[in-house]
Parts: sequence; C-alpha cells; structure tokens
Amino acid sequence: MCGIVGLFLKDKKLQPQLGRLTAAMLHEMRGRGPDSAGFAVYNAAEAGTSKICAVTSVASFDWATVADRLQKATGVEVKVRVLEDHAVFKTRGDGEAARKWMIDTVPEATVLSQGQSVEIYKGMGDPDVIATRLQLSGLTGTHAIGHTRMATESAVTIAGSHPFSTGRDTCLVHNGSLSNHNRLRETLKRHGERFQTENDTEVAAAYLSWRMRSGDTLKGALEHALEDLDGFYTFVVGTEHGFAVLRDPVACKPAVMAETDEWVGFGSEFRALAALPGIDKARIWEPAPATVYAWGRN
Amino acid sequence: MAGAKPKSKAKGDAGTSGGRNTSLDLETSTLRETNQLLQTAKAGEFLVRNPRGTHALAAGLDGDIDVTIDGHVGYYCGGMNKGARITINGNAGTGVAENMMSGRCHVKGDASQSAGATGVGGLLVIDGNASARLGISLRGLDIVVKGSIGHMAAFMAQAGNIVVLGDAGDALGDSIYEARLFVRGKVASLGSDCIAKDMRDEHRVVLRQLLDAAGIGPEVKVDDFKRYGSARKLYSFHIDNLGSY
Repeated sequence: MCGIVGLFLKDKKLQPQLGRLTAAMLHEMRGRGPDSAGFAVYNAAEAGTSKICAVTSVASFDWATVADRLQKATGVEVKVRVLEDHAVFKTRGDGEAARKWMIDTVPEATVLSQGQSVEIYKGMGDPDVIATRLQLSGLTGTHAIGHTRMATESAVTIAGSHPFSTGRDTCLVHNGSLSNHNRLRETLKRHGERFQTENDTEVAAAYLSWRMRSGDTLKGALEHALEDLDGFYTFVVGTEHGFAVLRDPVACKPAVMAETDEWVGFGSEFRALAALPGIDKARIWEPAPATVYAWGRN
Repeated sequence: MAGAKPKSKAKGDAGTSGGRNTSLDLETSTLRETNQLLQTAKAGEFLVRNPRGTHALAAGLDGDIDVTIDGHVGYYCGGMNKGARITINGNAGTGVAENMMSGRCHVKGDASQSAGATGVGGLLVIDGNASARLGISLRGLDIVVKGSIGHMAAFMAQAGNIVVLGDAGDALGDSIYEARLFVRGKVASLGSDCIAKDMRDEHRVVLRQLLDAAGIGPEVKVDDFKRYGSARKLYSFHIDNLGSY
C-alpha cells in the first residue's frame, strides 16, 4: 500500500497554514502506511543560499562538529539547526559540494535534501507521532508532499522512507513498486548519480534528477519516465516552483486530485482531501493513467 | 479514527422496525453505528451526511430502504447491496456497488476503479465518468454510465449489461464471457476475444429498457450505440485447441 498527499498553494494567504493542512492530510493516510512517514516542505530561503537536511540514527549526534567540518571543507559559512534526529544546514551557494561532502565523509548521516527551498523530514513508526515530533504543523511554505509507507521493496528504515531527493529542490514520493530499478540504478551511477539506499523509489528520484539536469522540464522528465520505468507507480513530484503527478499506464495505485482557485491537492484517497478549505466547491477528478499533470509558478 | 467519536445521535425512528426520513451524520456517529443501523433497517428513508470519503459506507444493506448519501464516499460504498436504493450525491471511490446482489445504486458524480465489480444483480447508474476496471467479472448486474469509462472494463464479465454513453478506454471486454456491452462513443481498443456485434431488435429492446431505467430520455437513441461481446473463441471448448487444455 502506502499513502501519498500533496498540496500546492496558489493563494499566498494559505502559506502560514501549509504544515497544518499537510499534517491533517497525512493523518488520514496513516492506515495506508503505518511503517514510516516523511514530508517535504518548500519554503524559499534567501537567494544565493541553500539548505541541506540530514538525519541520523546515532543518539545525541554531534551535528555542530559536522557543521564546523563542513565549513572548513567548503570554505563558506555553515549554520546548523537541530530538530530531534534531524539537522538543517544553511550555507551559501547551491549546496551541491556540501551534499557530496556529507554523503562521502559523514557515514552516520543520511542526506535527505539539498536546495534553496526544500526541507525533508522523515522517520519510522506512526505517521502522526512523526509529524508531531518533527513539528510539521508549524511549518510554512508554498507546497508540500507527504508519504506514509507500507514497505514492500526494501527494509523499513529512516533512509528508506519517502520523500526521496537526489537533486536540488527536487523530491519524489511513490506508491507502488518498480521492477527494473536495479539495472536502472547501475545506468544512473554511470551518469554520475549518487545513491544512499537500495530503494526503488530513490532510483526513480535519481532518474528524474538526471533527466532534468540533462535539460528536461519536470513534465518532460516524467514523460520520459513513462518509457524507462517499469512497474507500478503513482508519483507526486516537487520542484522549487512546481508540483506534478504521474500514474503508470495500468493505474493500479489509487489517486484523487482536487483543485480550487486557492490550491491543488493530491491524495491516495479522497478522505485525505476532505478537510481542505473549500473542498465542497473544488473540481475533483481521478488522474488518468500515463498522463502527466503539472503545476508551476513563476 | 471512527472509534473515537461519540455515540450515534440518529434522529427519528430507526432500527429493525424501520423508519421514515431518518437523518444520520458521520460527524456525530461512527461508521459502525451508521452501517449497523442501515444494515438492520427493513424499510424507510435515510439521509447520511458528512461521509467525507469514508470507506465501506452503506455496505451490506439488506432491506427495502432508500439511502441518500450527501457527499463523496470512499471505497466499497453500497457493496453487496441487496434490495436497497442508494443515491450518492458526490463521487465514489474504488469498488462502488461491488458484488451488488439487487436494488439500485446511483452515483451522481464520478466513480473510481472497479465500480460494480462482480455484481450479480440490480442496477448501477453513474452520472459522471468511471475509471479503470468497471464491471470486471460482472455476473448479472446492469451498469449505465452517462460519461466515459477507463481501461479494462468488463474484464472476464460473465453476465449482465454495461451501457456507456461516452467513450471506453483500452482493452474493453478482455476475456469476456456472455455480458453485453453497449457503447455510444469511441472504444480505444477491444480486449482479447471481444468483438463488435450486430445490434438486433432484441438488443435494442434491452438497451432501451436500461436507458429508461437510468432516467435517460428518448434524445439518446439506441441506434447510436454499438454492441460488443464475446467472440467465444477463448473460453469455449474447441477441438482444435485440445493440445492446449
């Protein structure tokens, strides 16, 4: 199974409520994925800066020392904010060097995201407990994606929880299972993509990152995914300014979408959308198979 | 979720004795309380408010009752229905009227996948569109869809009728047995062993009756439909295929 939610705000007035609305949506999808949960929240930082989110399973991990070492290694100022087992590093530039440094030199940490806007948090266990512990309701921003996991393809670990991010400000959540991820992972490694897990969804995330680095738009990358990914999937993808949905051609995995003048919402089931403001007047539909739905803002 | 809510506050006379105009609200009653009341009712009219996508609402009904659900429902609404007339003023999730035995189910909005799957009898009317796998393994239920339907509809359908005023998706009627399919719009592709067939007078009569039962007027003409059904090459014993059995 697995549950997916997504919320893309068109009305700025709703931005302070993004975390609260996403937490309520995630709560409804708890039964679809009781193993673990995660969420990505997009909230643009100052231009020219980047955020790197990381998590560790080591108790009382010394993130401050990691920040000092990262500052020395990259030569730019690094600030760190610690929340439970997570840390959010802030630095100048695109954060690419910092991400690579952390994957290569801090084996205790799993890097969850890197970018100007995105912050990813995830954990194991009851999705409601995770959302409370990681203070989802208090987060603000422009769009968010969440996932509750019932693992099928790889172990229940923090690193194996969704969303997966392999590229700047890009993240992906997935309901389904891919059957050609092993071979595709090897191909993507040869193209320079970095992997931290054996998870099939991380391969899909890296595939989209690679396509977009090669010049595809988000929509174009997803259209290519229809040709190159084999298996069952409903994907929700976030980028710095965009939000997209894709279902495989068989459409095994459920999906419902709703749109008003204020927001675009996605849920594995309608009940995830039922509490959104103005749902009674929303346009509600089931996304068609093998069709890319994308929204963006300038 | 539902278990944490307070006890039922159903208004009016209800329960096994039957009731008239009973109003139920999932905001104040649990799903279990609501379903138990509906499942034990033998007569009366019921209005259910605030379904908010709840699963298995009004499943397993077994009475000569009218149930109106005001809003969108989750999975398996009206499943196994025997005799009740259910109206959904909204969209329905996966498996609406699944395995329906008799009675009527009317979805005023769209239906998700597997609508009417394995249905044995009665009538399912969908005013909007239905997505994939409509009426798979159909066993006698009649389905009328005023919009279009998704892929793999009527897969292995054995008996019953499916009427579609709009278009049908890929692989319509794959491995079909003896169900009849009437489609007014385009069919993206036919499934294995499903073919277009002549529309004879007996089919026109059946189709007209189904359109009438679904409240569709004479402006929709039976001659605008095409009939599809089994070529009977896949499922029936054939001496030339002996080596394959």
